Amino acid sequence: MAMKIDKDVKRFQKIVRGAIRKNLRKYVTQSEMFGRQGKDIVSIPLPALAVPHFHFGNNQGGVGQGEGEEGQPIARGDDDGSGQGAAGSEPGQHIQEVEVTLEELAEILGEELQLPRIEPKGASNISQEKSRYNSIRRVGPESLRHFKRTYIQALRRQISEGVYQPNAPRIIPIKEDRRYRSWTNTPEPQANAVIIYMMDVSGSMSDEQKAIVRTEAFWIDTWLKSQYEGVERRYIIHDALAKEVDEHTFYHTRESGGTRISSAYRLCLKLLETRFPAELWNIYCFHFSDGDNWGEDGNQATELLRDSLLPKCNLFGYGQVESMYGSGEFIHALEAAFGGKHENLVLSEISDRDAILDSIKEFLGKGK
Amino acid sequence: MSGLQPFRDLPPELVEVQLQMEGHAREYGLDFFPTIFEVIDIEQLNAIAAYGGFPTRYPHWRFGMEYAKLSRGYAYGLQKIYEMVINTNPCYAYLLSSNALTDHKLVIAHVLGHSDFFKNNNWFSQTNRHMLDEMANHGNRIRRYMDRFGVDVVEEFVDTCLSIEDLLDIHSPFIQRFDTEEKYDFPGNTENPDDQPAAVGRFLAKSYMDPYVNPPEKLAEAERGREEAAKEAKPFPAEPMRDVMLFLLQHAPLKPWQQDVLSIIRDEAYYFAPQGQTKIMNEGWATFWHSTIMTRHGLEPNDVINYADHCAGTLATSPTRLNPYKIGLELFRHIEDRWNRGCFGEEYEQCDNLAAKQSWNTEAGLGREKIFEVRRIHNDQTFIDEFLTYDFCRQNKIFQFGYNDDSGYYEIESRYFEDVKRQLLANLTNLGRPQISVRDANYKNRNELFLEHRYEGVELKIDHAQATLENIYKLWTRPVSIETTLDDEPCVLSFDGGEHRVSTAKNGASPRNGSSENIVITN
Repeated sequence: MAMKIDKDVKRFQKIVRGAIRKNLRKYVTQSEMFGRQGKDIVSIPLPALAVPHFHFGNNQGGVGQGEGEEGQPIARGDDDGSGQGAAGSEPGQHIQEVEVTLEELAEILGEELQLPRIEPKGASNISQEKSRYNSIRRVGPESLRHFKRTYIQALRRQISEGVYQPNAPRIIPIKEDRRYRSWTNTPEPQANAVIIYMMDVSGSMSDEQKAIVRTEAFWIDTWLKSQYEGVERRYIIHDALAKEVDEHTFYHTRESGGTRISSAYRLCLKLLETRFPAELWNIYCFHFSDGDNWGEDGNQATELLRDSLLPKCNLFGYGQVESMYGSGEFIHALEAAFGGKHENLVLSEISDRDAILDSIKEFLGKGK
Repeated sequence: MSGLQPFRDLPPELVEVQLQMEGHAREYGLDFFPTIFEVIDIEQLNAIAAYGGFPTRYPHWRFGMEYAKLSRGYAYGLQKIYEMVINTNPCYAYLLSSNALTDHKLVIAHVLGHSDFFKNNNWFSQTNRHMLDEMANHGNRIRRYMDRFGVDVVEEFVDTCLSIEDLLDIHSPFIQRFDTEEKYDFPGNTENPDDQPAAVGRFLAKSYMDPYVNPPEKLAEAERGREEAAKEAKPFPAEPMRDVMLFLLQHAPLKPWQQDVLSIIRDEAYYFAPQGQTKIMNEGWATFWHSTIMTRHGLEPNDVINYADHCAGTLATSPTRLNPYKIGLELFRHIEDRWNRGCFGEEYEQCDNLAAKQSWNTEAGLGREKIFEVRRIHNDQTFIDEFLTYDFCRQNKIFQFGYNDDSGYYEIESRYFEDVKRQLLANLTNLGRPQISVRDANYKNRNELFLEHRYEGVELKIDHAQATLENIYKLWTRPVSIETTLDDEPCVLSFDGGEHRVSTAKNGASPRNGSSENIVITN
């Protein structure tokens, strides 16, 4: 039953969303979000949604009941909440944790950054057969027997045979009366996407840079998941050599040694050719590095990108994270090689945490 | 569908229980309002609880928040509201449909206790007993403003007003604070021209003698003196005013609809205030009677386990929070016992033989009479002040705790009776809220609002206080300051619409004279 309170609940949720939106930049820049992440739900700490009042701080004290010596601690003080509810006063207002679905979070992100909705490429040729139970057959397993149809069929037969007695209706279906549910296969367009994250793990990428990459990847995931039905993710790390790893390894590996970006691109290409053919998948590649590359490798990498990767991808994002050690040259090489000519190549420089939000907008702002 | 669900008739077995319980209650001398019980499901109960008992209240997000919180608490099995009762005449009470019959019996007996308390306790004597209609009225008015001025605008204003909803003068319903004649008492508007104020300072004289009896230059001088005195403006308000909401209602530059909204919130705050003032007594009284009625009459053998379980839950004690049900119940029992045995009066007080005191019994038998008297005249503060005894504190293991800055923990500080009582009374003073009043509405002669916090050893929480100042600024539209004490130093928090200031007095100079050290906190 619809209740009046539902309106107030909606209103409350709207305010929560407003508060999240207001603090979005803060949430985006802090990586503490991952700890609060469930399967489909993120729990977000919202400071003081309550109406402010004049009230007492921690030093109010109170009265309690029970055993204990003087000096015995009974409860932890709240660092930023108000004092424990003491007798006569209301319980302290704590920071609230609000649960938001990832979908909703993506929506807020999208609205705030004014991200265009993605139009999946070639949705019509990427299709999958789907079975729907929408027809009737004369044969089939008993578990699918359609009771009503069977009954009607039996009734019809008995009437036409003249054995039906309205005063003492007894309907006994015979084998020929039985009807079964059945399915038809219909091709349905489906949009699947794969995100391939590549990261330079050479010595010059420090933990701070990785944390930035991780935060950015979280938000990219969140957004793309809201746009596609199924999103697969693959992770490639590289220094001078590239290898495919799982998510945890991706963020926690640190290698020393040189950097060959082309190795990652080559592996990525191989992955796409074997596992994710471009006709069937919407492909998103994101490459993060500090811009250091082995001398002559730059040309190889740009060639690979131009000739093989870009034609296959919906979007190729290159994010260059500023680091103390990196030369930051690769992005200039890419700029020189491609200029603004390639629609689906996005270059973004991420100077620090505060730049993450803008970088996300650069990556996803094209609606690709 | 309106929030007020159509009446579901009480099932016959519950009608029977109600009649039975009312019979027992009357035999014991309880005198309650006619009480209407409704059986509702948990969603409805949570919704009504979120609205503070009034399904027809004005729309506001905080009710939605409360509802979400209650629903989640219930879903996770953390909490469950058994009963709700509204202080109106007739009294409305809600029963939770999923409760067992034992619980219904208990709740009905409990509610009758509340109903009796509402009707007879003096602190409710000024309460509007038609609040259900009044709240519906408020709801309609606020909804109408929302239609006219926009939901966001009105809701934001409601938020602003709620920020000061606790700045009440809780005793004002019982005291005539202002001379109501005053506003019609215009100076210089008397009927007889001979009584004109011009006559002030003049001696009676024949007209030819007048220049000598009343030399003009002296008169002019006296006149100047008076003018000067008049210029030294009377403080406004004349006395510090506790009812900050009323002050703003009367003097802040509000639009008519804003005034109405503020007055609505003020009315509701005054309606709820006595319930806050009598929480311990009210719950104690209701628990006393459900327990008396249930254990002597209501319980069937198959109810016992369920009943005991419920009571154990309700009366659980906690080290961090005094349970009003428990303390109220025990104190009423304690009083009844004392007056039954005659443990009061001069002779008892002056007896210093412990054994004699412990076995004191004059068979006075005045217990029942006494607790009915107590429920009539006391509120929590006077109740504790009058009846919390040393013995009671010992028996119930009550202690006083405080916050230890070094460890970050609340720690037991004392088990001395005096400390416990002082702390408890402090916590009950002014509903446990800081005492704040308007001291000057023309502060610095610049139309700024100056509030004062009566410091009694507990500091304000600064960030919340500053946020509250921002809200008061929205109402007053001129800079707002509050004088309080921080780290044992008097200080003034102010907000001028742009930034916050914390000024502390140095070298004994009053911060109001400007020779102060300013710390500027930018917003």
